[in-house]
Amino acid sequence: MSALMKEAPRLVRTQPLMELSGLSKTYGNVRALDDVSARVYPGEVLGIVGESGSGKSTLLRMMNLEESPDTGRYRLDLPELPEDLFTLDRFERRMLRARRIGIVYQNPHLGLLMKHSSSGNVAERLLVAGERRFAVLREKAQVALEASEFPIPRMDAPPIELSGGMQQRVQLAKAIALEPAVLLLDEPTTGLDVSVQALVLDTLKRLQQERRITMVLVSHDLGVIRTMADRVMVMRHGRVVEEGLADQVFQDPQHAYTQQLVHAKL
Amino acid sequence: MTTILDVQGLTKTFEMHHLGQSLPAFEDLSFTLHAGEFLLLSGPNGVGKSTLLRTLYRSYLPVAGHLWFHSREGVIDMANAADIDVAHLRRTEIGFVTQFLNARPRVAAEEIVAEPMRLAGYGREEALEQARHWLAAFGVKPDLWRAYPTTFSGGEQQKVNLARALILPQRMLLLDEPTASLDKGARAALVARLAELKAQGVAMIGVFHHPGDVAALIDREIPLKPKTPIEEIADVAL
Amino acid sequence: MSLSDLTGRWKAFSYGFLDASAKRELRRKMIKAVAVPGCQMPYASREVPIARGWGTGGLQVTLTLVKPSSTVKVIDQGADDSVNAASIRRFLSRVSGAAETWDTLDATLIQSRHRIPEEKLTRDQILILQVPNPEPLRGVEPNMSTARQMHADADYGRMWLQLYEQMVRSGRVMLGASYPAMVNGRHVMTPSPIPRWDVKKLHMAEHLTILSAGREKRIFAVPPYTRVEPLVFDDVPYKVEDHAHLTCARSGVTGYFMNEIPQEDGSAGYEVSDSHFGIKAIDARDGGTPTVGQTWYRNGELA
Repeated sequence: MSALMKEAPRLVRTQPLMELSGLSKTYGNVRALDDVSARVYPGEVLGIVGESGSGKSTLLRMMNLEESPDTGRYRLDLPELPEDLFTLDRFERRMLRARRIGIVYQNPHLGLLMKHSSSGNVAERLLVAGERRFAVLREKAQVALEASEFPIPRMDAPPIELSGGMQQRVQLAKAIALEPAVLLLDEPTTGLDVSVQALVLDTLKRLQQERRITMVLVSHDLGVIRTMADRVMVMRHGRVVEEGLADQVFQDPQHAYTQQLVHAKL
Repeated sequence: MTTILDVQGLTKTFEMHHLGQSLPAFEDLSFTLHAGEFLLLSGPNGVGKSTLLRTLYRSYLPVAGHLWFHSREGVIDMANAADIDVAHLRRTEIGFVTQFLNARPRVAAEEIVAEPMRLAGYGREEALEQARHWLAAFGVKPDLWRAYPTTFSGGEQQKVNLARALILPQRMLLLDEPTASLDKGARAALVARLAELKAQGVAMIGVFHHPGDVAALIDREIPLKPKTPIEEIADVAL
Repeated sequence: MSLSDLTGRWKAFSYGFLDASAKRELRRKMIKAVAVPGCQMPYASREVPIARGWGTGGLQVTLTLVKPSSTVKVIDQGADDSVNAASIRRFLSRVSGAAETWDTLDATLIQSRHRIPEEKLTRDQILILQVPNPEPLRGVEPNMSTARQMHADADYGRMWLQLYEQMVRSGRVMLGASYPAMVNGRHVMTPSPIPRWDVKKLHMAEHLTILSAGREKRIFAVPPYTRVEPLVFDDVPYKVEDHAHLTCARSGVTGYFMNEIPQEDGSAGYEVSDSHFGIKAIDARDGGTPTVGQTWYRNGELA
């Protein structure tokens, strides 16, 4: 099915913003990724579902250039970048991450300095990108925190004093502070209370609609994916088992594993 | 007459892997839909009318056949078009009017209605103005325009839903019982809007509980015959 | 003819105290440090007859550079006459035959703990600063391997963040001594615990500065005419200590870095921190004609 679709004549001539092809990665005896390819188009939300160990987080880490595959290529449709981003060195990767890729981790400790101020956590990203005006740092940090619906009177409180939901908002503010080309979300609401989760998702949804931020959302939670994603990729054992428009994958799953997943949820 | 949709040999079967079963929904279906035409899908409950609509929208993947959609940008077979193309057509040319509003918390009614226009590139003010116009047309009171539809009754939500679905003239509209749960005034507004869109050349295909509501619009009828026991389809379609 | 006929009689030889291979290593590391300004070079810090933490890093550098024609000055917080400074200076002279001086203008090698003299150094002079902690990132990154990687990547976001945090919490940057500075636009270094007053003296200076940490075994350098820019926000100017208007109670000079002397009544008195600069002023006041060099600061302003 999908092979056929790739050959079909194209209507939309938009280039994918992000294109990963033929990614494989083995850790010891474990095949974390097995010939995985993914395309992300400008302005869309790609949801990646799968159980833990399916390779979805590994894939996201590669999108964030935190990790390189054994084989495979990675292209971002942005000016002045090489055809394969995995050829970038550590320094170039860091600069690209700082300027063009935002990420929100499930565990705020991975994304935040817990004892620094929340605004400082946002400002750090601007500092890495070279902003050296204190007043501008304050201003931009505040704007990003506001966009993440973070209570501004608390903008200088350290994340360690904040609730889980607020910590995620700080991460989000940091991620969008520089208007990234793509926002990577790794289980951003996992572990939050259901009501808090809904509020954070709501903020993400609103940001997505207002700014058309391209997002890649990784989650094991089908409900989260259903709320957010335009397209869905289902991963299992390091492979993509199914890919399609979100409503199609949820309403008419093709692969046995996806059917099991969808029906188990429903 | 301009052809909008050319359905050829369309077949849908649900493969239920865990049950080891195939459930056929419909087989070898062919028909053509023209600009400004209104097609009624008829048949007993559960015969697969909604399944067909969803297949036309590509929420369901057909297993065989073609869905030649004559878009502004060329003819494309929706049956095996790339996801990104389908998503693009859904944003620009193909509308799907359901019975339910997909409301999001803390988004005002007028914003929800204006969204398709904003996505299509209209300015915020212009989109909001149109949104208010259609909310009023469907009988949503002005004091509710800034309110969140998540708190509305089913009937009011449906009005918001219709205003949103019909704010832009699509090239093709799929109507899945849009009159259900509507009061008389809103129903009249809906029929008037559909008539207006029809006159503008929008092709429509729909399922109605009470086809009498739209009797004046119907050009042709496609009767579907039962293929699979009703309960099983309902179960699959969820 | 045997080898012993051609050579002199063997005797113990210890010029400049350090053995030849130690000095060779230090020279190589100094050349590297000069080649990559501000970048910390590791070296095998040797034992010298003072305790670690008392200036062993600086001492090893001076011992490597010293020669009989050198003139050495050693200061401790600006003073030539502290026990530590005097001992080191005497030791240097004894193991090398170099002359000793208190006068900045006469010195070819100036080893210093925590100050840069007020009189401008020239191209013929080398300043050796003793460094207790060479790693400017220590405060933001406890793992030194990671810190080295950050230097390699010019990853100084955390460093800047520290300044941001201080601005948020106190409305100003709270760093006194060891104010971090970007060297040659590439490496952030600690200038050793010199006051903010002195950091600016390193910028585009005529002289060579070598900074050495004996305990931490790191050496780095600021070559002549190299940019040394304290990390500051564009809209929050760098401030030196507010000493411009203070007057030395002993020498009467105004506009230089002062030591604060607590008085019995609880108030503070001030003495110029560069002790020999003060001595010259007293000498001039009493009718002498000392040669006073050009100073970095004039009327309390950086010239």
